[in-house]
Amino acid sequence: MQFRLTGWTTAAIGAGALLPGTAGAQTIDLSIELPRMTVAEYHRPYVAAWLEKEGAAPQTLSVWYDVDKRGGEGTKWLRDVRQWWRAAGRSMRFPADGISGATRAPGVHKLRLVAGRGAIAAITPGSYVLVVEAAREVGGRELVRLPFRWTGTSATAVGKGSAELGTVSVSIKR
Amino acid sequence: MKLRTPILAMAAVVALAAPAAWAHRMWLLPSSTVISGSDNWVTVDAAVSNDLFFFDHRPMAAIPTVTQPDGSEGKVEHHAVGQFRATFDVHLTQQGTYRIAVVNEGVFGRYVLNGETKMIPRGTTKAQLATVIPAGATDVQTSEALTRNEIFVTQGAPTTTVFTPAGRGIELVPVTHPNDLVAGEAATFQFLLDGKPAAGLYVTAIPGGIRYRDKLKQMDLRTDAQGKVKITWPEPGMYWLNVTPNAPQEGRPAPGAAAAAPQGQAPAMGGVPSGRRVSYTTTLEVLAP
Repeated sequence: MQFRLTGWTTAAIGAGALLPGTAGAQTIDLSIELPRMTVAEYHRPYVAAWLEKEGAAPQTLSVWYDVDKRGGEGTKWLRDVRQWWRAAGRSMRFPADGISGATRAPGVHKLRLVAGRGAIAAITPGSYVLVVEAAREVGGRELVRLPFRWTGTSATAVGKGSAELGTVSVSIKR
Repeated sequence: MKLRTPILAMAAVVALAAPAAWAHRMWLLPSSTVISGSDNWVTVDAAVSNDLFFFDHRPMAAIPTVTQPDGSEGKVEHHAVGQFRATFDVHLTQQGTYRIAVVNEGVFGRYVLNGETKMIPRGTTKAQLATVIPAGATDVQTSEALTRNEIFVTQGAPTTTVFTPAGRGIELVPVTHPNDLVAGEAATFQFLLDGKPAAGLYVTAIPGGIRYRDKLKQMDLRTDAQGKVKITWPEPGMYWLNVTPNAPQEGRPAPGAAAAAPQGQAPAMGGVPSGRRVSYTTTLEVLAP
C-alpha cells in the first residue's frame, strides 16, 4: 500500500496533477545558457542557482562545480561564486545531495526540479528572486536576477546575462 | 652637547625596543579570508611600512599565535623573515573562523643608577619589572604597552569562538563578522578596552593600494557610548584598521600611525613614552557584491 502510494505520487507530479500527498510539490523548470567563449584558456564555469525570499533562508536549487577533483579540491573555488557562497553555500556540505553536480559545457541547459520534496523546500506564496551566478576560472563572474511572484499556480521569469551567462529562465508550476 | 648625546642614544634604543611606537604602519596581509572547502592553506605577509600593503621597509618578525575555530591553538608553519617582510602559512583543517595574532605586551622604561641612565631590557614583562630594576635605582620611568595586531580567516561559515575577549588591551567584538564584509554595506564592530566597551576610541580605516593613488582615502571615526563603530566600505579590497585611545595629533604618535618625528618631541620625554600605550590593528577584506 505504501509502495503503491509512492508510485502514484511520482506519476502525479510528472503529469502536473495534484493529489493530497503532493500538496506541497511544485515543478521548477530552469533554463541556463552558458555562452560559448573564444578565449585562450577556457574552463567551464561554476554555477549556482538559488531562490531568495525576504525573511526566509535562501534555497539553493543547483550548484555545478568540479565534483570529481581528487580530495574534494573542487570545493576550494566554490567561494568564487561569491554572492551564493555568502547567501547559502558556506553553510552547506559538499557534495550536496540532489543539489550539486558537475560543471557543464557551453550551451543551453534545462533542469527540471521538484520543490516540496527532497533537498528543495516547497515554495510558499510570496515575492521571490531567482538568482543564477556563474564564475569562471581565469574568467569573469556574472549574476542574473529574475524576480517573480508565486501565488500558488504558476510563475515565469526570463532574463539575460551579458558576459558569463546567456538567457536564463524559470518556470514554476504547481 | 654632553646632555644631548645620551638622549639621542636612548631614542635609538627605544625605537628598537618598541617599534610600534615610532615606526610606520604594521600589518598582516592574508592571501585569502573567505575560504571554501575543508583542507586549505593561507599564507600571510607581515611587514611594517608606510604604503599599504607594500613591503618596502621592515619585516614584522614576531611569530604569531593562531587560534583555531574550536578555541585550540593552531600552528604557524614555514615562518621566514626576509629583508622587507616575514611570511608564514597556516593550515586550515577546521570549519569556522581562525584568528592569527601578534600581541606585543611589555614594559619599556629607564632608571638612573649611580648617575648613569639605564634602559630596561627589551622584552621585559610587567611581572619581571621588579627583578630588572636594581636596588638603589632612582628616577624610574616606565610605560606599559599592549599592541594587538590580528587578522581573521574563515573556512566555511563564520564562527565567533575566537572573539572571546581576553580582557586586556583593545579587542574587537564582531557585530558584523569581519569575514562577512561587502562593499557598499555598513559593518559594525564593537571595541573593548580591558574587557569593557570603550567609548571615544579613535578608529582609522585606510584602503590598501596607497602607492597608486594620490589621496589616502582615510576614514576617521570614533566609537560610540557602547564602543561601537559603523563603517560603510566604499569599495572592495583590503583595509587597514587601527584603533587607539588617543588621536594621533594629541601629543605622542599613536602606535601604528605614520612615522613620527622624535626630534619634535619634548626633550623631557627622553625617548621614553609615559603611561600606558594600547592599540589594535587588523586587516579586513571587503569583497565585491
